[in-house]
Amino acid sequence: MTKALKVKDLNVVLGGEEIIKDLSFSVEDGEVLVVMGPNGAGKTTLLKALLGLVPSKGKVEWGSKNISYLPPQEFLERRHLPPLSIKDFFELKGASSNKTTEMLELVGLKSSIISKNFNTLSTGQFQRMIIAWALVNEPSILLFDEPTAGIDVGGEETIYSLLRKFWEDKKMTILLVTHDLSIIWEHANNVLCINKKKICYGKPRKVLTPKNLEELYGTGIKFYKHGGGK
Amino acid sequence: MIQLVIVLLVCGFIGGIAGYIGSLMVTKRMSLMGGSLGHLTLPGITLALIYGFDVSIGALLFLGMGILLIWLFELRTKLPLEALTAVVFASSVAVAFLFLPEEHTYQALIGDVSQVSPVVVIVSVISCLLVFMVTRNIFPKIILSTISEDLAQSEGVSVKKYNLIYLGCIALTVALGVRIVGGLMTAALVAIPASTSRNVSRNLKQYAYLGMLFGMLSCVIGVLASSVTGVSAGPLIIISNAVFFLASLAFKKSYIS
Repeated sequence: MTKALKVKDLNVVLGGEEIIKDLSFSVEDGEVLVVMGPNGAGKTTLLKALLGLVPSKGKVEWGSKNISYLPPQEFLERRHLPPLSIKDFFELKGASSNKTTEMLELVGLKSSIISKNFNTLSTGQFQRMIIAWALVNEPSILLFDEPTAGIDVGGEETIYSLLRKFWEDKKMTILLVTHDLSIIWEHANNVLCINKKKICYGKPRKVLTPKNLEELYGTGIKFYKHGGGK
Repeated sequence: MIQLVIVLLVCGFIGGIAGYIGSLMVTKRMSLMGGSLGHLTLPGITLALIYGFDVSIGALLFLGMGILLIWLFELRTKLPLEALTAVVFASSVAVAFLFLPEEHTYQALIGDVSQVSPVVVIVSVISCLLVFMVTRNIFPKIILSTISEDLAQSEGVSVKKYNLIYLGCIALTVALGVRIVGGLMTAALVAIPASTSRNVSRNLKQYAYLGMLFGMLSCVIGVLASSVTGVSAGPLIIISNAVFFLASLAFKKSYIS
């Protein structure tokens, strides 16, 4: 199996503060890697460093250049935009109307939404739409930061089921940042736990031990191993 | 009559491009910066009026220097562009008024299109077309970077590079605009047509092109009104823009659903 990503001795220092220290890991083609850690652990910065969006030291090698990244929804400007229809938004990525409609339907949205304004969608609709946007050029690798932040439990389950469906159909590699342990049990091939540095890395069943979780979050965490874990 | 047609042509093109690029400036909440940049041109206009060369050349010279300074300050300090613009433009205005001859004050502040030569027409039209083509090319990238710079960069958009190109287009537009509305009212030239367009448009294309249309129409109406009343075209152009904006408020209601 070929590597989708190889990271060696990654270090990120921002504003004089060490955000990520000596991080090394790799991701196989078609793997789902979940990055987890407490708030301020450097998860978002890690994704940005992997994409070259923040300065870093160390080696980052991607197996493909066809990468799509979605920042957390709250980092996307929605309110102070010009009249931007969903069709306009997909055109920013060069997608035709037909392709846009097809993608919207694939994520369970009505095709009529194409003429709606970017800032009039509900949180759940917006998240589905943005997933469609991320997938419209059929990326080999998808980086997703907190895809269900601000979404209720039902919506959360739908988003992950959707991602799972695409992962199975398109054989994508997915790097996902989430706090949700149940998602990790259910969907992750590997998990990378970080808190500035690597705390654990490997299959969830093996590495998500009470000891590691305590080291990661600094407190005891109750957790339940799901049957669906990989 | 020929002179009127020439003035209409120049003003129509400049107004159109100001409305078009203004649609991006309103999106990025930089429309007041158009005014600041207009003020920034005053030392250049002053030099042009004293030494008898074209005001747009003087304006562009000082805008180029000013924008370069603002861009460098932004890279170094990460302060908001508007704050840095205020620092540079206020200094420019102060310097301009040290040297601006009193007899040229009116022209420097509210513009003068009564003496437009054929060379100015050709250069202005070509400059407008150039700004239009470049802006049309960078438009989607600037919109994407407004939604999220990280998202844009991950899609291969070099945000710094496009911001610099965008600022260059603004500089050229303002340098052209000061000829027709002076250093005092360039903010209105870029902001009002785009704001009018925003009230009535439903998607990005409508927004950008209606901004261009309102900018163009306001200039044409302003120049025609000036030829009838004898009042300077600059203020009449801005008043025409304001009337379109007020009319769009009534129209906006019917679009809200």
